[in-house]
Amino acid sequence: MSTIAADARLATRTLSRARSSVRLRRYLRNAGTLVLSAVIVVWTLAPLYNMVLISLEPEGDVFTDHIWPRVPSVESFWGVLTQSHWYLEHFWHQFANSLFIGWMVTFFALLFGSLTAFAIGRMRIRHGWLVSNAALLTYVIPASFLAIPFYRIMQNYGLANNPWSVIAALVAFATPYAIFVFQEYGRSIPIEVDESARIDGASPPQIYLRIYLPLMAPALVAVGTYALLLAWNEYLYQFLLLSSKANMTVPVALAQFLSSDQSPWNYMMATAIIYAAPPVAIYYAFRRRMTSGLTMGGVKG
Amino acid sequence: MSSVQQVLAAGPGALNRLRRSVWRRPRHGPELAWAIAFVAPYAAVFLAFVVYPIAYGLWMARDPSLYRELIANPLYAQTVVNTALFVGLGVNVKMFLALLLSGFFMRRRWWIKALLPVYILPWALPSIPAFVSFHWMLIGEEGFVDSVLSAVLGIGGPLWFRDRWLALGSNIVAYIWKWMPFWTLTFYAGRTAIPQEIYEAAAVDGASGYRRFAHVILPLLGNLYLVCTLLSTLWTIGDFTTVSLVSEGAPSYSTDVLATLGIHYAFEGAQPALGVAAVMSALPVLIPIVILLMRALQTRETQL
Repeated sequence: MSTIAADARLATRTLSRARSSVRLRRYLRNAGTLVLSAVIVVWTLAPLYNMVLISLEPEGDVFTDHIWPRVPSVESFWGVLTQSHWYLEHFWHQFANSLFIGWMVTFFALLFGSLTAFAIGRMRIRHGWLVSNAALLTYVIPASFLAIPFYRIMQNYGLANNPWSVIAALVAFATPYAIFVFQEYGRSIPIEVDESARIDGASPPQIYLRIYLPLMAPALVAVGTYALLLAWNEYLYQFLLLSSKANMTVPVALAQFLSSDQSPWNYMMATAIIYAAPPVAIYYAFRRRMTSGLTMGGVKG
Repeated sequence: MSSVQQVLAAGPGALNRLRRSVWRRPRHGPELAWAIAFVAPYAAVFLAFVVYPIAYGLWMARDPSLYRELIANPLYAQTVVNTALFVGLGVNVKMFLALLLSGFFMRRRWWIKALLPVYILPWALPSIPAFVSFHWMLIGEEGFVDSVLSAVLGIGGPLWFRDRWLALGSNIVAYIWKWMPFWTLTFYAGRTAIPQEIYEAAAVDGASGYRRFAHVILPLLGNLYLVCTLLSTLWTIGDFTTVSLVSEGAPSYSTDVLATLGIHYAFEGAQPALGVAAVMSALPVLIPIVILLMRALQTRETQL
């Protein structure tokens, strides 16, 4: 009798010990993920916090040496928006330059990309694959390696310090991707649509404008966003090709702050935040589409 | 984000498909004229702004004496070492951590789900503000990092940009910070594409933790990992922005990589041909990577 009772007691004890060890392990794992989450938050946000911290410094209190804003002040943001510091006298002009370059790159990448993809994929010209494969060769040599010859060529063309030289470079880099995406996307549109329009007597430009472009709208939006962000975020070509303050774009102006010892750092960080806000907003607005587009190939693998 | 990743990530399977869809009835007359007119603008852009700069660059860097001059210059040898370290460490540490973190983000806890949008912030942020902030964090005792060190631990932090190795390390850390989220998302997508049954079967067989990683995830994601690493390497060799803004090559050009050294030679040293030669000297490394990448993408194609 007693042995049975003892056995039962032993069994319950073992069971409860096993259960508590499972609980302990789960608890430890939860604690582990929490610690890792905290590390990731600190790692991710530290540089961003640093930007905000410096931008909230009041003027004159340049070297901070503390880790909380002592007297938070939005003076620097106001200063950027009203261009009140001599360092920022062209801010809105430079902002407009960035926007202008962004829109032009988007427009031409979409136009040239869709025309080429239409001719290759829909009109099915011979040797069309040669064009699209050659276009992809653009990405074999890093853009930064071509910057020096590109600069020399632009000087020869008389386009130095001209926004169009940057637009030309960025259109050349954005369009191959546009062609590629348009061709992939165009595959989902039956070619019979074009053929029936042709039988009705539509000319190629009419098919392109009335049928192809409307059906391609989602791809146009995706590639357009990509091209706009590419142009807005690009630095090297803008830095080399745009030298005068009036022609500069925001990233070049930002980097210029670093080269001077007397720069107003709070204004620099406020400018950086204002410049970074639009692309961040676009990323989060289109987050799902951007990740699915980016990992298009990755998922298949 | 760069378009090279995206295009190549989709694979030459796509290229082959393009090729397959191309034997066509020959077009004629006005249709052909229209087609040529449609391709002409891009063809002109490609010739003027891609082919011509490449040809011009190769022509500028054609003189063998330029390469002798480079090899004789100790700065060049140092830069090659820096580039190898920046690319080798930066890419591999980043990719490995991204692979591990992608598994972390697969967990179903609410705070992990909430963490993901925060975690991808560095990817959404343009490079210039991010790297300007890194530069300023490490500027010296007034910088944020040293301020934290003295406030929390009571120690004076180092002068990050006075020491070659600290400055090089700073570049690598900034680079990892900026690009790890993008690759984490790529691997995350790769993991979600693995059918749930495989995980379940592995769980039934008692594989968990390390064994699941080694025997289930690595074989399934191995090729994706290889492709992404090659891509990232290709693209990091051409990275100019990180080094040019975080350490600015300091101290005294000792942390330059090839991309920034080329620009320094061309614009500060007024030796454009030498600058082009410096970057073109990376071609013997770039071309095998491109070939390997094409191979890796093709194996992926045949596997599927």
